[in-house]
Parts: sequence; structure tokens; C-alpha cells
Amino acid sequence: MSERKDWELYEIFVRARGGLDHKHVGSVHAAGAEMALEHARDLYTRRLEGVSIWVVRSADIVASDPTDSDPFFEPARDKIYRHPTFYNIPDEVETL
Amino acid sequence: MYTQGLLTPSPKSPAAVEDAELLARFQARIDREEKIEPKDWMPDQYRQTLVRQISQHAHSEIVGMLPEGNWIGRAPTLLRKSILIAKVQDEGGHGAYLYSAAETLGVSRAELIDQLLSGRAKYSSIFNYPTPTWADIGAIGWLVDGAAIMNQIPLCRCSYGPYARAMVRVCKEESFHQRQGYDIMLQLARGTPAQRQMAQDAFNRWWWPSLMMFGPSDGASQHTALSVRWKIKRFTNDELRQKFVDFTVPQAHFLGLTVPDPLLHLDESTGHYRFGDIDWSEFQAVLAGNGPCNRERLAARRAAHEDGRWVREAALAYADKLTSRTRSVA
Amino acid sequence: MIAEPRALAADKTALFEYVLRLADTSLVLAQRLGAWVGHAPAIEEDLGLANTALDLLGQARLLLAYAGEIEGAGRNEDVLAFLREEGEFRNIALAEQPNGDFADTIVRQFLIDAYQVELYDRLQGSVDTQLAAIAAKAVKETRYHLRYSRGWVVRLGDGTSESHARMQGAIDRLWKYTAELVTADELDSRLHAAGVAPDHEAVVTAWRTRAREAFSEATLDMPAGASYAWFGKQGRHTESLGQLLAEMQYLYRGHPGAAW
Repeated sequence: MSERKDWELYEIFVRARGGLDHKHVGSVHAAGAEMALEHARDLYTRRLEGVSIWVVRSADIVASDPTDSDPFFEPARDKIYRHPTFYNIPDEVETL
Repeated sequence: MYTQGLLTPSPKSPAAVEDAELLARFQARIDREEKIEPKDWMPDQYRQTLVRQISQHAHSEIVGMLPEGNWIGRAPTLLRKSILIAKVQDEGGHGAYLYSAAETLGVSRAELIDQLLSGRAKYSSIFNYPTPTWADIGAIGWLVDGAAIMNQIPLCRCSYGPYARAMVRVCKEESFHQRQGYDIMLQLARGTPAQRQMAQDAFNRWWWPSLMMFGPSDGASQHTALSVRWKIKRFTNDELRQKFVDFTVPQAHFLGLTVPDPLLHLDESTGHYRFGDIDWSEFQAVLAGNGPCNRERLAARRAAHEDGRWVREAALAYADKLTSRTRSVA
Repeated sequence: MIAEPRALAADKTALFEYVLRLADTSLVLAQRLGAWVGHAPAIEEDLGLANTALDLLGQARLLLAYAGEIEGAGRNEDVLAFLREEGEFRNIALAEQPNGDFADTIVRQFLIDAYQVELYDRLQGSVDTQLAAIAAKAVKETRYHLRYSRGWVVRLGDGTSESHARMQGAIDRLWKYTAELVTADELDSRLHAAGVAPDHEAVVTAWRTRAREAFSEATLDMPAGASYAWFGKQGRHTESLGQLLAEMQYLYRGHPGAAW
């Protein structure tokens, strides 16, 4: 019953309207990128959800590994001096 | 649409001794309401439960296209025809969102579809009932989608991220489904005697199966405890069923319909409607494959799959040709 | 608004007939496509075919409402859709041909999409402002339909030997129904002269080019001529239309006067 192979999996990113980033919304199966665009359009923008679509082969996405998340992300945690709220500026000093 | 209560035990629970520490950390994340994402560590049984539930849910959406699709050709106005096509199309879309969520757990859609077509996977039994009249389209939207929403809203907060996000999308679209169903019933209820009769007849046929959609009573359901602990499920079958009855009975009265349950009454002390016993032997029979349309539904899905095989293969062959042509040019 | 005086004062019946040709072709094709929903080769194609069906139904509703307005006899879109008999339908006979397999559906769709794109594109310049406005909306939708169907023509034509054979078979079967597409009749000419309809020859030439290019890319042969000419647009239909209408109209006709 099962087929030689399935249509390839594509990840779909949709820009909801001008000025916003493309956002991941899900995936579709398609034979080729053009078809993936059409499938994404039919599946993810039936209710005016988008003005632009990106499709990327799922196999081409390189993701960070959750088991690496400590070395990846923890080092940013203690650099509180990067944030503006770290600094106490006297109230008299304006527009800073 | 939906699948609660369909969960059947996994073939065999691989009682592999999961690392106790990992398991504790996993449970702690769940308890903190953190979402689990595809590449995160998760217990095998969590993964299996999700694959089963999400794929059953997806299958239900896909099979669910058939009973309503049956009326696209005969919808009584052009507007109703448009609404119905959009609605049935949404069911297909929901199936696609859900297969997509299931695939993040490491199973392919082809495998899942294979499980459906070979009869190894379940789908919601509700779609094994026939749609002999137009009023069935109203009743399905109102009752079946209504019950589905009741089940699905808590799933938007499910602990597994991709499933929760798919459900957010599904729920947004589902309330259109319920309202268009009720709108059909309203028109019929305000219509000719023949139309009112059609509405009551459909209501009689869909009422009990809709209550069964919530699955066996809590005592009889095998999966509730673990699913609740893992926040895959947040309410019990009986809680949701009661809520559905409380919401739906006044809507039926508004339509002037009689609920086909002589024992139904409002319990003044609790504010809840008490209803008669559900015939679980019917539920079990339909689940076991002996409902009015089980064979027809699967046969229709198999035919679509088989008839479409040459199309899918040709598309692949063409994509391969394109790739090799691009390569040879470069 | 009906454009007076050049277009229509002359001949409301002619305009009514012409609008019905456009309306019925979209309606009948949408009815056919609706039958695919739930049965397509892949879920994504269920969605794609449904989207096309919805666009076509939307066009049909606008056009039928306009036809009813022109006629001025109180017939709304539903009365026109559900209470006319086959001889009163003005769709091209190609639209009513059965779905067959996916190749038949795609070939039928492509031939009509390519035609409608050229027609609606030019119809935007019609002196009939209502028709021009409907065409402006329809042409956007139809360009997408064409992208979809043309994509499949090429994919299936140049896919496997089986898909190629099925596509060529579908083209050869359906080609005779293009005769009425390429032939302007007296009504087409009259409305063109009135500035309502576009130059039929220009539409046909552009359509032919689109078909030739797509078939060539798809490694498919384009037949030379038609063996027989149906004229659905004049109400001469194949047997399929009656069956289609029997299904489509049954419920509406079964409850005269009922609201739904």
C-alpha cells in the first residue's frame, strides 16, 4: 500500500501584512517549491492571513539542539548590563 | 473535528526504563505550563499518545469531509453551496494542519494515511453516520462541530507546542462551522412544515451520537489519568459532555426542537441538565466497524488515494526531472 | 448599472444572453469541481480545487444577479440557477463535461482558465461598467486558476509515461468542445460591435498561444481541429448537463417557495 516516497515536506512562513516578519505557520507536502507555494497559499491564507509566503524544504533547516541549550543560551543570562534598565540615571536628566 | 474518547491502548507500552531524572524534569516543565517542542526530550509514551491522538484527529477531519461533501452538489442555494464548500475545505485544511503537527513527532504523513486506509487507525465514529437530508448538514455543523469545539478549546493549551498551535488555528475556523450549521437549522425551523420536520428528524438522529463523541464515561476511559497529568487533556469526558448538553439544550428549544430524550430535565439545584443513559453498545458497535457507513467511508478514502496515486507519482517524477535539468544547466 | 445608450438600450435580450454565457460557464464548472472536494489525489489538492470552485461560484453569483437585473423579471441568482432547464443554460459545453480522472479535470480546467483569463482581461474595458467591474475581480482569480491548472498540465504531461498518456487522452477527448470557444457567433459579434464584449478573434488568438505553449512545455500534442462542434453557449448541450442539473436543482425544486 505505501508509496515509493511521499511528496517532500516544506516549512511555511507567512508575512501577515507589510511591516511584519515572516512567521512560521506549519508545513505542507509538495513536489517542488512552486507547488509548495501554491499549497501554502491554499492552506494557510484562505482567510487573508498573509501578503507574502516563504517556503523552505524542511530538510534544509538547521536547528539548534535542545541538549545544547545551556551552552547556547545560558551565557546571555548574566549580561544584565546590556539592558537599559541596568543603569540608574538621576531623574533630573531628561530624554536619556 | 475531533477525537476525544477514541484513544485505544497503544499496541504495547515499551516499558523502557526512561531515565528517571529526565522524566522528573519533563514533568516539572509540564507542571510549570512550559510547552514541549519537537526536539525536546519526551517519554516514549507521551510521544506515542500524541501521535495516536493527533493522527486520529487528523483522520477524523479527512473522513469528516465525506458526509458533508455528499451535499455540495445539492445545496439549495448558491450561497449555501459556497459556504458548504468552504466548510468542507476547512476540514481538509484542519486535517493538513494536524498531519503537519503529527509529523513533528517523527512519523510521516504517508505512514499515518496508510494506517487509516488499512483500517489500523481509528477516526471519530460520528462520521460513520449518513447524511440523507439537507438538515443533516445543519445538524452536523451545530452539534458535531459544537461538540468538537468543546473538546478542542482545551487542546489549544495542550502541552505539546505544535499540536497546541495547530489547534489554535483550527478553533478559530471551527466557530464559523458551528454557526453556519445553526443558521441552516434556524432557516429550517422558520420554514415550511416539511422543512421543520426535516430539522427535527436530523436532530433526532444526531443528538445521541453527538453525546457519544465525548467518549466513554470517565470510569471507563483508560487514558484520562495519564493524559491529564501530561496536560494533553485538561477536562474529563463527562465534564465536557455535561457542558455540551447545558449549552445545546437551550439552543434546541430556541429552534422549537424536541430533544429525543424523555429523561432530559433541568436539575434546579445544580443548574445542569440531567440526561438519560447513553447506549454505549451502539458506540462500541460503530467503533468496531459496524456503523451505518464505516465501510463506505473507508472505501471512499481508499478510492481517492488509489485513483490519485498516478498523479502524485507523476508530480514527483516531474520534480525529479526539473532538479536534474537545473543541475545539468549549472 | 447598465451602460446606456450605446451598449444596451438596443438589446437587453442580447446582453442578458451574453451575461448568462459567462455566468453559466462559471457555475457549471464550479458544480463539477465541487464533486472533487474530499476525493482529490492529495489533501492539498482538495483545498486547491475547492478554492477554484469558490471563486467560480462567486463569479457566477455576481453575473447571475446582474443577468436578473438586466432581464428585469424578478429572477434572482437562485431562481436563475435552480429553475432553468438545460436548454436555457448558456455555458460552453466543455464546462459540463464529467470530471473523469484528474487528467480530464485538469485539461478541462486549463482550457477554460486560459480562455477566461484572456476574456476577462479584455472585458475590463467593456462599456458596460458593471460587466467591467465583475471582470476586474474575476481576472485576478482566474490568473491564479490558470497558474494552478497550467502547472498540472506541465507536470502531468511531462511526468510519467502513464500521466502523459492520460493527459494526451484527455486532450484528444475534450478538444472537440473547444470549437465553440474559437467560433464567434452572431451574438458575440453584435456585442463586440456595441463595445460590450471584446474582440473575439483577439481572445481566441491569445488563448491558442497559451494552449500551444503549455502543451509544448508539457510534451503534449495539440490537436489540429475539432471533429464536431457543440454550441452550449446557444443552449445546445451534451447529455451531461441534464444529469448535472438534476443533482444541482433537486432540493430547490422539491420545495417550491421555501427559503433556505
